[in-house]
Amino acid sequence: MRLLTVFFSGVLFAVGLGISGMTQPTKIIGFLDIFGAWDPSLVFVMAGAVGVNVILYRLSIKRLRPLFAPAFALPPKHTINKSLVIGATLFGVGWGLSGYCPGPALVSSVTGWGSVLAFVGAMLAGMYLYQRLHVTRAGVTHKGYAVSD
Amino acid sequence: MHEFTPVMSTLGGVMIGLAVAALYFFNGKFLGVSGITAALLGPDHSGKRWRLSFMAGLLTGGALLLAFHPAALSARSPYSIPVLIVAGLLVGYGSSMGKGCTSGHGICGISRFSARSLVATGVFMVAGIATVYITHHLMAGVLS
Repeated sequence: MRLLTVFFSGVLFAVGLGISGMTQPTKIIGFLDIFGAWDPSLVFVMAGAVGVNVILYRLSIKRLRPLFAPAFALPPKHTINKSLVIGATLFGVGWGLSGYCPGPALVSSVTGWGSVLAFVGAMLAGMYLYQRLHVTRAGVTHKGYAVSD
Repeated sequence: MHEFTPVMSTLGGVMIGLAVAALYFFNGKFLGVSGITAALLGPDHSGKRWRLSFMAGLLTGGALLLAFHPAALSARSPYSIPVLIVAGLLVGYGSSMGKGCTSGHGICGISRFSARSLVATGVFMVAGIATVYITHHLMAGVLS
């Protein structure tokens, strides 16, 4: 049951990405091209997603615990350091050079297109490389993710 | 150039938001695709079952799009494969170093009013805009 809810969260997330236009790299580039023919659609995607969560997050954490887990795994909110800024910069350059961020790229991999698979393969390699260079012991890598363990 | 799609984009955004909310409401996890993916490559096997379930859902959702809304998966990136490989490396390495991407920082973090995620989102938006400015206006057509 617990894993089924995770599965359906993944399905809904992917379908939402598709309906919103996030799986069209040309549309993402159009959003980032504010000095050209700017397409502001992504602002509406963000507003929809953040709007829902500003409300539901506050309602949810009033509960003592999630429905199927012992506790909420809350990521840190205030640690702003050099690796956050450098990492976000590298990420943004890669995003602009492709029109893909991780979610839409993984969803698009079902097309089997060489271009998407090349991007996804390189993305996985980049993640693996970071772990090889920065992990000193098992499990350290993922601490402090905007996501949680 | 793409047409502006405020209604579909808001609707899709709400669906994305509900998917994020379902994951923390039921499981206490804050949805970030880069973190989930990177952890699956790592040595720690403890949280891999739920992450694999999420990944299976993501790909199933992709297959549903292909079957019922193929327009969503009809646009290809305008860049060549070598450029996409460099971009993929930057996205993978950068999201690991910055501990999050468009979902973890851009949606989850901002919804929690996280200063850290607000900074990360601002930085990657500006970096993305600067990159597109350079590739589309200063050296138009060189990379595609």
